[in-house]
Amino acid sequence: MTQTTLPPTKKTAPVSAPEGTVTDRSRGERRLGWMLAGPAFLVMLAVTAYPIAQAIYESLFSYRLTDPANREFIGLGNYGVILTDPLWWQSLGVTALITFITVVVELVLGFALAMVMAKALSSIRPVVRAAILIPYAVITVVSAYAWQFAFDINSGFVNSWFTWIPGVSADTDWFGDWGTSIFVICLAEIWKTTPFISLLLLAGLAQVPEVLQEAAKVDGATWWQRLRKVTLPNMKAAIMVALLFRTLDAFRIFDSIFVMTAGANGTESVSFLAYRQTISRLEIGLGSAVSVLLFISVVLIAFVFIKGFKIDLAQARGEG
Amino acid sequence: MTEIPGQRPPERRAAAPRPARARAPRRLASAAAGVVLASTLAACGGASGGPPTLTWYINPDNGGQAELAARCTEAAEGRYRIETSLLPRDAASQREQLVRRLAANDASIDIMSLDPIYVPEFAQAGFLADMPEDVADRVTEGTVQGAVAQSTWGDELVAIPFTANTQLLWYRTSVAEAAGLDTSASDTWTWEQIVQAAEDQGVLVGAQGIRAESLTVWLNALVESAGGSIIADHAEDPDRLELGLTSEAGDRAAEVMAMVAGSDAVGPAFSTEDESGSAAGFEGENGGFQVNWPFIYAQAQAGVADGVLDQAVLDDYGWAVYPRVDADTPSAPPIGGVSLGVGALSQHPDLAYEATECITGDENQAYYMINEGLPASSAAVFDDPAVVEEFPMADTIRQSLEQAAPRPQTAYYNEVSGGLQRSYHPPSAVEPGETAERATELITAVLRGEQLL
Repeated sequence: MTQTTLPPTKKTAPVSAPEGTVTDRSRGERRLGWMLAGPAFLVMLAVTAYPIAQAIYESLFSYRLTDPANREFIGLGNYGVILTDPLWWQSLGVTALITFITVVVELVLGFALAMVMAKALSSIRPVVRAAILIPYAVITVVSAYAWQFAFDINSGFVNSWFTWIPGVSADTDWFGDWGTSIFVICLAEIWKTTPFISLLLLAGLAQVPEVLQEAAKVDGATWWQRLRKVTLPNMKAAIMVALLFRTLDAFRIFDSIFVMTAGANGTESVSFLAYRQTISRLEIGLGSAVSVLLFISVVLIAFVFIKGFKIDLAQARGEG
Repeated sequence: MTEIPGQRPPERRAAAPRPARARAPRRLASAAAGVVLASTLAACGGASGGPPTLTWYINPDNGGQAELAARCTEAAEGRYRIETSLLPRDAASQREQLVRRLAANDASIDIMSLDPIYVPEFAQAGFLADMPEDVADRVTEGTVQGAVAQSTWGDELVAIPFTANTQLLWYRTSVAEAAGLDTSASDTWTWEQIVQAAEDQGVLVGAQGIRAESLTVWLNALVESAGGSIIADHAEDPDRLELGLTSEAGDRAAEVMAMVAGSDAVGPAFSTEDESGSAAGFEGENGGFQVNWPFIYAQAQAGVADGVLDQAVLDDYGWAVYPRVDADTPSAPPIGGVSLGVGALSQHPDLAYEATECITGDENQAYYMINEGLPASSAAVFDDPAVVEEFPMADTIRQSLEQAAPRPQTAYYNEVSGGLQRSYHPPSAVEPGETAERATELITAVLRGEQLL
């Protein structure tokens, strides 16, 4: 049995449409379009393009906020300092690790939850959906504190409830080691953002044509075969979009680490590094350079996803 | 400001209810109404006059600073009015907000409550107005040595000492006696003696091993007690700054830190233990010794009032000056608190300095100490009968403040402290000599802009 997807529908243009010329009407529509979208476009430029440009500009200076007199142009010097520092590579590694673990686990869990939501009786579906969505509605800092309190050696309940698990005792200091800290941080992230992935996947599930499922059933395909050969191939676009969004999101992790370990035990992420240089040390130049590198990393991830996996964002939105 | 300014006040409330609090909501309402009225009047009145308004940026407390502002407004008899404006809760965020405002030339900052560790940074950046000499003379007279030291930069007083917190050694008298320690000479106990006694008795020694400012507080007290200093020279110049960690005193401090962290007397989560963690361990059944700020006493009183702590445990509390590193040399305890800075861009620096003198008057400091639990910087306050009644350990606190040594004074405090925290954490992995070299290399490289932090 091969993978089964429906042939893409072709966009149909009216036969009478003249080719290549722009009519007055379409020109007018285009102008109206710009007038409607223009203000939003300007606001976008003001709130995204301008700060990005400023960060890039300032990353070329040695500039401390409390010492503006000694501001000095040093070209790419800040980038040299960062890229030759093991701390940068360690933070990048930690960030990549957390991103990988959380995204993989969330994808599997999120898919299972999406199936539950899709298959739930229509009478309880809204309740199930709301219940699954609650963690996503919780503010990240609040969720981070909740998980920190749960695992805290003094106030937490985890150490007394889970002593039956080997390695967990009343004296387990979760935030005292690298491995256990990363574990709790990942757990908090997974709990919080799995609903996001499952929602995106639910939308993808709804796009799988029922006729294909029925055809496969008639052919005698088992549940597992239908999942692998019919459901997943038809959802590829939705899965890739969910992965892309979550990966970009996970790569910027900050709140949980800030609350739980404050970067101790080598748990510092790239965002945290940028925060420490810019806000704590007031080294605007160095901090901007870290931010720019973070931005480049995120752009690279998006590029790899979109080109490498050939995601068609328009198709995932149902415009294809 | 102590490291945990937010944690003490609620307990104090529970410990000693004061009738004034019943009026708090109404006072708040009238204050709010006052603010609205004032802003309306200001909008209408324009240049019509009225006394100049001084804005005092305060750290959050239970209303003590607002009360002092009101008192001093009254005492000024119409020459100025003080309005308070609230800063974020922790010292680092307070600094962030003030620095950003001052760097953007915000002229509305007349007086600010500063964590003394940031005083040199503010002074070096030119954020503080020059202090008239007569003011400096008056506010240092009768002020405990530690508080003056931490408000000084480049041999000049640049901020006005207001409160002055310090850490004490707290012990369970029964434990100390059972271990054969001489409680009448508790001010001379060394770290070795304490850890030994705790191990013998199977009790805990509490200290702050968490990777946070508290770790710097501990390390600095150890180095200073051993007769050294974290910064040896050139604190003002990042390119020439010399650290004193690789000295004999630095090695001795690292030795003590590793000895404490590696002993059986510390809790299982020592590498994440903060002040409240130490306090919780001390209140528990294995409580023995801890170094901590005085808030823990009020917290225990509140615990007794709430019925979660036995009165017998509180009665067992003993206190002494910070433990010694060297048996023959008095220790140099940690010091914190709040110093008042006058903004360089203030429209009325003379009035602002006048106001700070009012705020830090003995009577006001005593009021603040009793109501907010933060020790005063004026030595005379510790003789006030009302203060002595509330703080049985007042004499020990005063002595501790006289002996205290401030944390490294430099305009690059965050780099120094952050580098220390990165190198000396976890405390159990500290190696005399090696850790100091690593920290020195790191901090020097960071200050020269060759490495990240």
